[in-house]
Amino acid sequence: MKILVCITHVPDTTSKINFLDNNTKFDANGVQFIIGPYDDYALARAIELKESTGSTVTVLNVGTAETEPTLRKALAIGADDAIRVNAEPADSFFVASQIAEQAKAGGYELILMGRESIDYNSGVVHGIVGEMLGIPSVSPVMKLDIEGTKVKMAREIEGGKEYVEANLPLVAGCQEPIAEWKIPNMRGIMSAKTKPLKVVEPKAVDSGVKVQKFELPPPKGAVKMISADNVGELVTLLKNEAKVL
Amino acid sequence: MNVLVFAESDEGKIRKASLEAVAYGKAIGNVTAIALGNVDKAELENLGKYGAQKVLHAKDDRLSHGVIQAYTSVLAKAMDDEKADVLVLANSSLGTPVAARVAAKAGASLATNVADLPNTSGGFTVKKSIYTGKAFAQVELKNAKKVIAIRKNAAEAKEVGGMATVTDYPVTLSDADFATKITSTEKATGDILLPEANIVVSGGRGMKGPEHWGALEALAKTLGAATGCSKPVSDMGWRPHHEHVGQTGVKVSPQLYIAIGISGAIQHLAGVNSSKCIVVVNKDPEAPFFKAADYGIVGDAFDVLPKLNEAIKAAK
Ligand SMILES: Cc1cc2nc3c(=O)[nH]c(=O)nc-3n(C[C@H](O)[C@H](O)[C@H](O)COP(=O)(O)OP(=O)(O)OC[C@H]3O[C@@H](n4cnc5c(N)ncnc54)[C@H](O)[C@@H]3O)c2cc1C
Ligand SMILES: Nc1ncnc2c1ncn2[C@@H]1O[C@H](COP(=O)(O)O)[C@@H](O)[C@H]1O
Repeated sequence: MKILVCITHVPDTTSKINFLDNNTKFDANGVQFIIGPYDDYALARAIELKESTGSTVTVLNVGTAETEPTLRKALAIGADDAIRVNAEPADSFFVASQIAEQAKAGGYELILMGRESIDYNSGVVHGIVGEMLGIPSVSPVMKLDIEGTKVKMAREIEGGKEYVEANLPLVAGCQEPIAEWKIPNMRGIMSAKTKPLKVVEPKAVDSGVKVQKFELPPPKGAVKMISADNVGELVTLLKNEAKVL
Repeated sequence: MNVLVFAESDEGKIRKASLEAVAYGKAIGNVTAIALGNVDKAELENLGKYGAQKVLHAKDDRLSHGVIQAYTSVLAKAMDDEKADVLVLANSSLGTPVAARVAAKAGASLATNVADLPNTSGGFTVKKSIYTGKAFAQVELKNAKKVIAIRKNAAEAKEVGGMATVTDYPVTLSDADFATKITSTEKATGDILLPEANIVVSGGRGMKGPEHWGALEALAKTLGAATGCSKPVSDMGWRPHHEHVGQTGVKVSPQLYIAIGISGAIQHLAGVNSSKCIVVVNKDPEAPFFKAADYGIVGDAFDVLPKLNEAIKAAK
């Protein structure tokens, strides 16, 4: 089976977020970039399936040259080859169009993604790709097994989960506990340097959205401390001051 | 503007989140709401109170489970039939993936995680939460058709009118619409759903073990709250996975979030920072969570939990 894993190159979860140029540009100064945590689950499950079903795993990112170390990391974790679509990932529709194009060209049967990116948190690229290719999309997937051409999954829903089945080809947006995050070992890191990383140019797509400006949430006021011997006071404050009870 | 609102249901009842979606739609235009599968008639009529002028009901039994592709086909067709400029849905495990596919099918501009009503003075701009609650983006939706998935509190569900008339909405569905089969569902019944809860009581590793959750659940019961937890707590299997709050779990935006024995790691805060009011109970005065809190108590969870429960009962 040919598996395609789509990964984002995103600020580490501990990053402070700031913007430049009158709040129109992300400030990457001092920010460390990682594989999106959900994408990392997708990748980990793909590597397990590679071992258990004799599949090949290609990782794909739509991004500029700075994202290559992130793709190399995915190769070090165990992917066989990588594709970078050389473009600023302008919006979900643009990104999905590039992924659909590559998925078609490469004949991938299983396309794994994260349930959402942690920069835009949209949770939509898998659905758009599924619609573009006319194949099922399932998200958020917490368990995924292959039986022949059948894919058996557990999908998280509010307050529980549902068990879902569909045939390949298919797109899934992954989350824990689908697999354990994998850490690259020394051999992986060495071999990643020589694994193929193909750079392709994007196809032209009209974008339906435009980011006008970024904003930071208003700063939080100081915390009011209450003695553990006087929880009654807390209840009064919650009622009369915060008005949340 | 014509607005179609997807009224999501669960076991015959309309989701609270969808009432907010109707209110959101009402704020921007004329609302037609559409519900799929088996939904109680009274629930459908009730959508009128929140601003729906018309309610469509696609009754087909096969739609009683949220099948993403089938729902996409129905909603895309209804957008056409109703000449809807905008489709509004609630962000949810069903609403978000369906929004994505409908937008792709209809050639619509798409925004999910929308936190506020749109700005329509010169264009159509929505405020979307990004970087897991650490920032917002003002996004212009340029296409004639738009699909918007809203998060909790983007609009206030309030009663503005009377009951709506419900019209059957017949649908023709193909096998391809049911390419994904739902074979079974496992769900906690009767509990308050975490993403929709107005109050959340959440426990971390400071709770020491699953056997101590009784005190936390008792407080949640008194408050009519949902229970949540930190990631290690669900990783260790102390609590079910769907209770895990944070960057890689559920993002909540309740009126009140009470955190017991949670240190306040940045990844946990990412899931709670749109709560209106945060109370932190931790035995360590240096716990980082206090910096993100409105009220704090330095103390032992096992001492404070029962006292707080009694104090709230007494104040009722
Ligand atoms: C990529 C990534 C994603 C992550 N996503 C998430 C996420 O979505 N959600 C999440 O929660 N975490 C997430 N984490 C983990 C996060 O970094 C923290 O490790 C985690 O939140 C800590 O959980 P905790 O506060 O329960 O435990 P701890 O950090 O161990 O804190 C326990 C707290 O309990 C207090 N305590 C101990 N005993 C008592 C007592 N008797 N009474 C009162 N207080 C007591 C202690 O003082 C301490 O502050 C993520 C991490 C990474 C790297
Ligand atoms: N620029 C990108 N390159 C490759 N994959 C992406 C990109 N953006 C999003 N994805 C994939 O789509 C998933 C959902 O992203 P989103 O819809 O932005 O929340 C991510 O977890 C990735 O797997």
